[in-house]
Amino acid sequence: MDTIRDVAALRQMLAGLEAARLPGVEQSFCLGAAGPEAGGVRLARGALHEVQAAASADMPAATGFALALALRAARPGTAGERRPLLWVRQDMAEAEFGRLDAPGLTALGLDPARLILVRARDGAEALRAAGDAVCCAGLGALIIEIWGTPKALDLTATRRLALRAAASGVTSFLLHGAPQPAATAVATRWRVAPAASTPLAGDAPGAPSFCATLLRHRGGEGGRPVEGGDWKLEWDHAACTFRDLDPLSRTVVPVPAGRPDRAAAPEARRGTVVALRRTG
Amino acid sequence: MQGALRLTALDRAARRAGLAPGLTLADARARVPGLAVLDHDPAADAAFLEVVADDCDRWTPLVALDMPEGVPDGLILDITGCAHLFGGEAALRMRLLAHLQRHGVSARAVIAGTPDAARALARSGQGGVVPPGGEAQAVAGLPVARLGVNAQIVTGLSRAGLKTIGDLAARPGTPLAARFGADLLTRLARTLGREDVRLVPRRPLPECIAERRFAEPIARTADIEATLALLVDDLALMLESRGEGGRAFEACFFRTDGAVRRLKIETARPLRDGVALARLWRERIEALADPLDPGFGFDLVRLGVMRAEKLTPAQVSLDGRAVEEEEVAALIDRLSVRLGRERVLRFLQRDTHDPDRASALVPADGASLPALPPPPEAPARPLTLFDPPQPVEALAEVPDGAPLRFRWRRVVHEVARAEGPERLAPEWWRQPEAAPTRDYYRVENREGRRFWLFRAGLYEREAQAEAGPPRWFLHGLFP
Repeated sequence: MDTIRDVAALRQMLAGLEAARLPGVEQSFCLGAAGPEAGGVRLARGALHEVQAAASADMPAATGFALALALRAARPGTAGERRPLLWVRQDMAEAEFGRLDAPGLTALGLDPARLILVRARDGAEALRAAGDAVCCAGLGALIIEIWGTPKALDLTATRRLALRAAASGVTSFLLHGAPQPAATAVATRWRVAPAASTPLAGDAPGAPSFCATLLRHRGGEGGRPVEGGDWKLEWDHAACTFRDLDPLSRTVVPVPAGRPDRAAAPEARRGTVVALRRTG
Repeated sequence: MQGALRLTALDRAARRAGLAPGLTLADARARVPGLAVLDHDPAADAAFLEVVADDCDRWTPLVALDMPEGVPDGLILDITGCAHLFGGEAALRMRLLAHLQRHGVSARAVIAGTPDAARALARSGQGGVVPPGGEAQAVAGLPVARLGVNAQIVTGLSRAGLKTIGDLAARPGTPLAARFGADLLTRLARTLGREDVRLVPRRPLPECIAERRFAEPIARTADIEATLALLVDDLALMLESRGEGGRAFEACFFRTDGAVRRLKIETARPLRDGVALARLWRERIEALADPLDPGFGFDLVRLGVMRAEKLTPAQVSLDGRAVEEEEVAALIDRLSVRLGRERVLRFLQRDTHDPDRASALVPADGASLPALPPPPEAPARPLTLFDPPQPVEALAEVPDGAPLRFRWRRVVHEVARAEGPERLAPEWWRQPEAAPTRDYYRVENREGRRFWLFRAGLYEREAQAEAGPPRWFLHGLFP
């Protein structure tokens, strides 16, 4: 009995030591692109994030974006590196946009052997399966793909998922194609549309590119609010990171609301009138 | 002879009235004017016998169908080691007959040392328990036809003056074998109880079983779950003493009216933890599309381990990795039980260039398969594939230009960028009839949506082909 207690204490101590130093236990992750980085956009681990397609036909882009976010959450060098990803998919999504394919997952940077695919008949079943999966701390990330707006997907259901995700530490992504979804309790909400890619040699389509809009963020580092914005991003599967697609066309980074407006100071001086005497 | 209606089976009253199988219906009607006749339905008879056989599982797990002429026409139960549970062989026989009688089935039952002896006696209209070693004496008076040999041999034997099994048993074996074949001797030895034969059970035998019988049938779901929890604990003890864990379990619910419901679960890893197993069973019963109908109640619940594997107590590593893997396996088990095995899947990759066959989905609770190393410089593949590919109308340069414009689901897409063709020939060693070669193009439209299109067939081969001009299909979508 004493030995068991000693080992438990030792394990706790090690976990405490590791928490400070290891990169894998960071509480949040970034997209890896300079644009969102400058806006202070970081996504919390062990939280529920929402990715919605801008239009129903943009679902493939939203799917790719959600998978890319999940890969960022469990990227190499973090604790989730070897853990499996679980993807709950509704049958309707499969009928509409095709079945997931292993070479396509490899092309986005996910080893297909790491993925567990759960097929759900309807939204309620998908949410129930997700509710079980989100409690399992052994998962690297969880993707919940819902078709349409099922009745079961409401504030209570998403709040429950978010609380369970916080308890287990599983970063979860709710993916759907409904433009006007019900109110959900999520940490961040993204709206994703495809973007024209940077062409490869011979005018071939390039890497997966997205036009991602951050609609909602419940608070960044230290609880500071984060302004929304939209960025054009492309996914680099080899480095497992997003990149700015077109640095010139990105929107101006908004100033964080918690800080004094430094840019405003010279602006105020510009309005003063200086009297100059004409000579000669 | 042709076209005559004949009697095939009779009940006791009809036999007493002097009718016999094989009689034409007209003759029978002449003798017994008020005869009630039903069409002979062998399929329904066989199905009913299956139901009775299911119910007979309550006496012993080893139940076999008796098929004397290739048609199921009786049941054989191996009660070795079971009789004492019911108070001895005679008591077991009486209980079995009473149980069948209650459900309106009249049966004859004989308990003997070998199946053949019991069958010969039962089919001669006898009943009872043959004492051990008494088979030869019991069957001595039966006609040779009861050996189950064909009619020619029976005729041959009777011409030789050998009418009963006792006559045959008194003769030396070698001349009989020379004249009528070795099969006769084997059957004789089995019927006389000199040689035993293994039964082929209808259902696979469990590795170990635990069961509860109820004097008062249970019907409430809570009671059923509590019973399963008790049985699971019994099984856990058995499995622990064997150093094994179960991979497949089967629960049988025997209703008082004879219907049997069976439920199965399979697990991703060998399992003998009582709590986890009880939870899986609860999930399984909750997930039933047609709920467990207790009718007038279940009087026997049996839980069996259908497949067991070695399970050594695992050493929990200091970083808790083993625990994580256990957790994921437990999650897969639970989801598989609730949604069905075919809905919790893992990818299986195949070493082929055919995009339709490159990956398949297999149940996640099966054995994990070694992953293929990704080929270097793999060509781009879409995240989702349509199965089958969806036909599109496309406008493209002839002979092998990329599409300029295509219409999919009533929406016209203008192609802004394209790459291709990537020519993929079908696997001719798999498909005997030659499917057309496919030219794949990766295209991006003006809005930035990316598609994987192919043209089935080549324009230069169009002249030989009778299938018409090549057609375009959409096979997948890129993110």
